[in-house]
Amino acid sequence: MAGPATSLAAKPARSGAGTPRVIRNPLWVRVVFMTLALGFLACFLVLPLAAVFAEALRKGIGAYFHSFADPDVHSAIRLTLLTAAIAVPANLVFGVAAAWCIAKYDFRGKSLLVTLIDLPFAVSPVISGLIYMLIFGLQGWLGPYLGAGDHPWFGEWFNQQDIKIVFAVPGIVLATIFVTFPFVARELIPLMQTQGNDEEYAALTLGATGWQTFWRVTVPNIKWGLFYGVILCNARAMGEFGAVSVVSGKIRGETTTMPLHIEILYNENNSVAAFAVASLLALLALVTLVLKSFIEWRHAQSRPAV
Amino acid sequence: MKFKIFLTVLLASALGAAASAKTITLLNVSYDPTRELYVDFNAAFAKYWKAKTGDDVTVKQSHAGSGAQARAINDGLQADVATLALAADVDALYNVGKLVPQDWQKRLPNNSAPYTSTIVFLVRKGNPKGIKDWDDIVKPGVTIVTPNPKTSGGARWNYLAAWGYALKKYGSEDKAKEFVGKLFKNVPVLDSGARGSTTTFVQREIGDVALSWENEAFLVLKEYGADKFEVVVPSLSILAEPTVTVVDKFVKKKGTEAVAKAYLDYLYSDEGQEIAARNFYRPRNETVAAKYVKVFPKLTLLTIDADFGGWTKAQKTHFTDGGVFDQIYLK
Repeated sequence: MAGPATSLAAKPARSGAGTPRVIRNPLWVRVVFMTLALGFLACFLVLPLAAVFAEALRKGIGAYFHSFADPDVHSAIRLTLLTAAIAVPANLVFGVAAAWCIAKYDFRGKSLLVTLIDLPFAVSPVISGLIYMLIFGLQGWLGPYLGAGDHPWFGEWFNQQDIKIVFAVPGIVLATIFVTFPFVARELIPLMQTQGNDEEYAALTLGATGWQTFWRVTVPNIKWGLFYGVILCNARAMGEFGAVSVVSGKIRGETTTMPLHIEILYNENNSVAAFAVASLLALLALVTLVLKSFIEWRHAQSRPAV
Repeated sequence: MKFKIFLTVLLASALGAAASAKTITLLNVSYDPTRELYVDFNAAFAKYWKAKTGDDVTVKQSHAGSGAQARAINDGLQADVATLALAADVDALYNVGKLVPQDWQKRLPNNSAPYTSTIVFLVRKGNPKGIKDWDDIVKPGVTIVTPNPKTSGGARWNYLAAWGYALKKYGSEDKAKEFVGKLFKNVPVLDSGARGSTTTFVQREIGDVALSWENEAFLVLKEYGADKFEVVVPSLSILAEPTVTVVDKFVKKKGTEAVAKAYLDYLYSDEGQEIAARNFYRPRNETVAAKYVKVFPKLTLLTIDADFGGWTKAQKTHFTDGGVFDQIYLK
């Protein structure tokens, strides 16, 4: 640990020969900080992540892959993918629309909208789940009109439609959309604000339609920020536990997403399978990180060209 | 945005409906430790039903703390059958949601409890704290693992067993309250369900003793080996009667009434009783019980009806908001 830390720490000292002596830290300070930071990372990030894989492979590679033969695991993976496939595009459209409004126009209540977009970040996921329960639960506001409800006027009709929200896929999707709501918008708003309206105005003066302006000017400008937001949104959508847990009903093979199924397997003393599924989620996170770095790199590269 | 949500909902419900239309699907919403029992039983029932009617039946399972599950069913989790840890939780299906008739418990034999269990102590190998009976666990310095009586059925049986013991031994309600108060002072963490509690004790290695369903304790011995844990049977415990019912409102809607009823009846059959006994639940059927007599230790058991005046009364006295448990625990 000390070796790389020292060599990394030594580098800026050599290249930064021009910086005045007073604002350069002594070598030992840099070494200490570096070791602390890396040690912290190792203890709290790398080690647990390694533990997930170690536990998943504890009974060998055969047992690891055997865990994925369970149809309930398939269903959990499918449901997770389906949820993300609905939630991410929904929030993509919403995010672009919201960022557009906020960055390009001034209107009354703008700061309220900005605050509202941040709401899901501030609210605990459990509450996000419970609000849907309050609205769509059988004892809730709209619940009596849906699914098994028996409202005197609408009950019969809705009964036949068999609309399920909570304890079914729609509830899980709704809860996921709620918690992943801010990711795309949050990513785009500052980007679009810095870019301003000039290029769009230019396009419009040159005779482009609004639609052309959007696709040929705005989208290329925000492309990388958009990807970045989508990736974060996707990671959260697949990993969400709290909100989904409240509305899921935990029906095995039907309404358990991967994170919920991991908990179930763990509680069933099936830790190899639990950690095998967990490792799949962790792999997903790693892929996300790689994509994210790639996009950051591309974004940095494309900057000078724009 | 609203329209989009609406579309999403439509799309997703269409997908959901298309996926579940082929065979008969039942949903059994149960409490925490019955996972293994119902995996076995569902397979047996599917075979029986196929032989009898030619229909394929898939039984989906959902497990969590018993009280939490009752709440979920009331909130619209469309269970065909509810197999919960105690009668009070099924009562809630009548009281809150009117999903079952008031006299649901009279519809099946033995108070609608096809199998029973009791509460025992699970300790670490060698019983390092020398725990033999209820008095030993309330001593200072002993840490106890039990789930939360508000959400878990097993925890309510735990609580009442301790209460019954203290009442018998020390003779007054006040003394019993003090005793149970001391017990909960020794509890560092209240999980929401029995299985979470077991995980806390077994995998996270918290606590000297876990108050546990007998079936759950035996399961731990089976899964983790008798070389790591021991079961201690106290001098007195409680006859825990997990109750089952068809959820009338949902089966009527889904048209699964007959299958759901047959499913519960099958729990009382010889085969069903065998499966229960193999999973360490005490069978009601005497022939099957005789066969497994060596498995289940004999001990004095209080009953909810004779010693506590039934679940409605016990629930109201001890577990409602502001009840005795709240007075003890929040103090």
